[in-house]
Amino acid sequence: MCSARKFYYECVFKYVREFGGTLPRGSLHFHAFQNESYRVKTAYLHAVLGPGNVDYGFVLQQIVFGLTLGCLYGLLAIGYTMVYGVLRLINFAHGDLLMASAYIAFFGIIIFQIPWPLAFLLSVALTAAIGILIDRGAYKPIRNSPRISALITAIGISFLLENLGLVAIGGRPKTFPTPSLFEGSQTIAGVQIPNLSIWVFLVTCVLLAGVMLIVRRTKVGMAMRALSRDMETVRLMGIDIDRVISFTFALGSGLAAAGGILWCMKYPAVEPFMGVIPGLKAFVAAVIGGIGSVSGAALGGLILGLGEIVIVAVWPDWSGYRDATAFSMLIIILLTRPTGIMGEDLPN
Amino acid sequence: MTKILLVLSAILLAFLTPAWGTEPVVIGAYLSMTGNVAAYGQMGWDGISIARKMEPEVLGRPVEVKLADTKSDKVESANAVSRLIEKEKVVAIIGEMISGNTLAGADHAERRKIPMVTPTATNPLVTQSRKYVFRVCFIDTDQGRIAAKLALDQLKAKTAAVILDMSQDYSVALASFFKREFTKGGGKVVSDTKFKTGDRDFTPQLSSIKEAKPDVIYAPIYYTECALLAKQARDMGLNAPILAGDGVQAPELIELGGEAVEGIYFTTHFHRDMVEGERGKKWLELFAKEVGKEPDAFTAMGADAYFIVVDAIKRAGSCDPQKIRDTLVATKEFQGVSGTITMKPNGDPVKAMVVNKVKDGKFAYVTTIMP
Repeated sequence: MCSARKFYYECVFKYVREFGGTLPRGSLHFHAFQNESYRVKTAYLHAVLGPGNVDYGFVLQQIVFGLTLGCLYGLLAIGYTMVYGVLRLINFAHGDLLMASAYIAFFGIIIFQIPWPLAFLLSVALTAAIGILIDRGAYKPIRNSPRISALITAIGISFLLENLGLVAIGGRPKTFPTPSLFEGSQTIAGVQIPNLSIWVFLVTCVLLAGVMLIVRRTKVGMAMRALSRDMETVRLMGIDIDRVISFTFALGSGLAAAGGILWCMKYPAVEPFMGVIPGLKAFVAAVIGGIGSVSGAALGGLILGLGEIVIVAVWPDWSGYRDATAFSMLIIILLTRPTGIMGEDLPN
Repeated sequence: MTKILLVLSAILLAFLTPAWGTEPVVIGAYLSMTGNVAAYGQMGWDGISIARKMEPEVLGRPVEVKLADTKSDKVESANAVSRLIEKEKVVAIIGEMISGNTLAGADHAERRKIPMVTPTATNPLVTQSRKYVFRVCFIDTDQGRIAAKLALDQLKAKTAAVILDMSQDYSVALASFFKREFTKGGGKVVSDTKFKTGDRDFTPQLSSIKEAKPDVIYAPIYYTECALLAKQARDMGLNAPILAGDGVQAPELIELGGEAVEGIYFTTHFHRDMVEGERGKKWLELFAKEVGKEPDAFTAMGADAYFIVVDAIKRAGSCDPQKIRDTLVATKEFQGVSGTITMKPNGDPVKAMVVNKVKDGKFAYVTTIMP
């Protein structure tokens, strides 16, 4: 039989030995095992992964939290990666779009008393508009300048957005009003899954599928892919690259807005500098996954989110090094495979 | 030609004539009006403004308070202090509200020999081996000791989990003082986790705390992080009582934390129910009239810092920073808003501590602990 099946049987035997069972070889059915209780499954994992002082239910719980954080990073990272793919520009202002969307949703619900689904949609739409505005206002005029100018401009726009928020709204954190649909949690097999985590996962999957559909199956998506290969030729083909680039920014910013609203529901403190660290982590996620690749960004986000949470949970003495683990991953990826996990292989 | 000379000399005379008598006394205030602890700076400024309304003049001259925003950042704090001293030429400085930033600004004030009074920086290092830096609050060695006593005696805790903000001097020092006193008193610290200022996700740290099953969680951190920590803890079913320090007393704690922060005990400087003196009562009245919000530790201590500086200028009879400093260090039985202040020679006052609790969405007074 193939090696995977052999491995599976080896594991089952270890488990059986651990519990003094007498199930003979070949009589164990996969489905029967699936119906076993949580306690038995934990024991199985214990047998497979080896003894240790870690309760595997605990690790599963951390995986749930890590996946949620990872999805949030992923949503933000997709925006970074798309803009880079099309313009070869790292849009450092992307994290601040998260902050902008949070504030728009907050003001929509609290001050204008708009029902929350409408406020969320409005926030996404307005953040996309802000993204287009940033592109037209700041990045378009320097499109033909050296890339370092664009980088510096991006950092400048980031400071502009942050300090605009600071001056206009003030530095004290505001509480984001989370609708009751997103509160509460389910407990499945001893693992507590917050409802918000389920929503985050669903929204991320839907949006990711949507983006991949747009990039692979539509004309605009084809134009985006072509732009990322060769901008001059695309111009020669008669495609209006300004519109395609604006569309890219709108899409990326819209995703950042979705990420921002979900982020605020998870961590309800809304303040002008809230986008700095998530933006940085999302950039790291995009690089890990392969900057320029949409699925890579999502994957990078998941790896980063999971890594952060699981490492701190399993080794609490290292909790002070939490951010360091994120940036160490960046360094390791840049040293070993600079184009990222899903990036193209560099010619040697 | 003579006409031009006349005009020129007239203009010159106008510039040379000194302004009589209405030259203001300039005090500086460097506070974090924005950033992670913006609530403290803004509350301190509110306290100072109301105090200034109560005592707007000293030695026949109006008092002017120049504000510099430190953005809750240490580097900005140091810059703010230099700006106040060099550019605004202040004779005394009030600030900062948190220990980390005060430590950054204190060096410069010490070097330039300008007296500095911090309203709420509790880290002992702030006044240690400095002659020009004073405070109007208690220090963290006492706060840690009282917190440990509270945990052992009141909350009957045998095990404690400590979670601290490793980028804040206040948090790190207070946590270590608590750990020392708690273990001395027979308790056991079963979990010791950290995070960084600005972190919003505490689930991994809380998961490991939950595994350790402590009787009490000691969180000497600031209000935003404490509120979110409490919320995430209660969401994951971790219901151990939370004990905190004076860093959590801001309205944002209750706004952000909601039900999760009910029952949090904390040691602090002030509650309106303990105000006894004349000055305090008058200040409370004026505060309710002008600002309308609940006064709490940071507003009251800001006011006290202002009052004590103005009092020192009055007693010194001059605006010379050195004389102000000498009278400050000799302050005895000064009736402030938050209690009686007697300054020790090292710059720390002898001061009572107040224990508050979050009850029904408000800060409730529990008890005062004498020094």
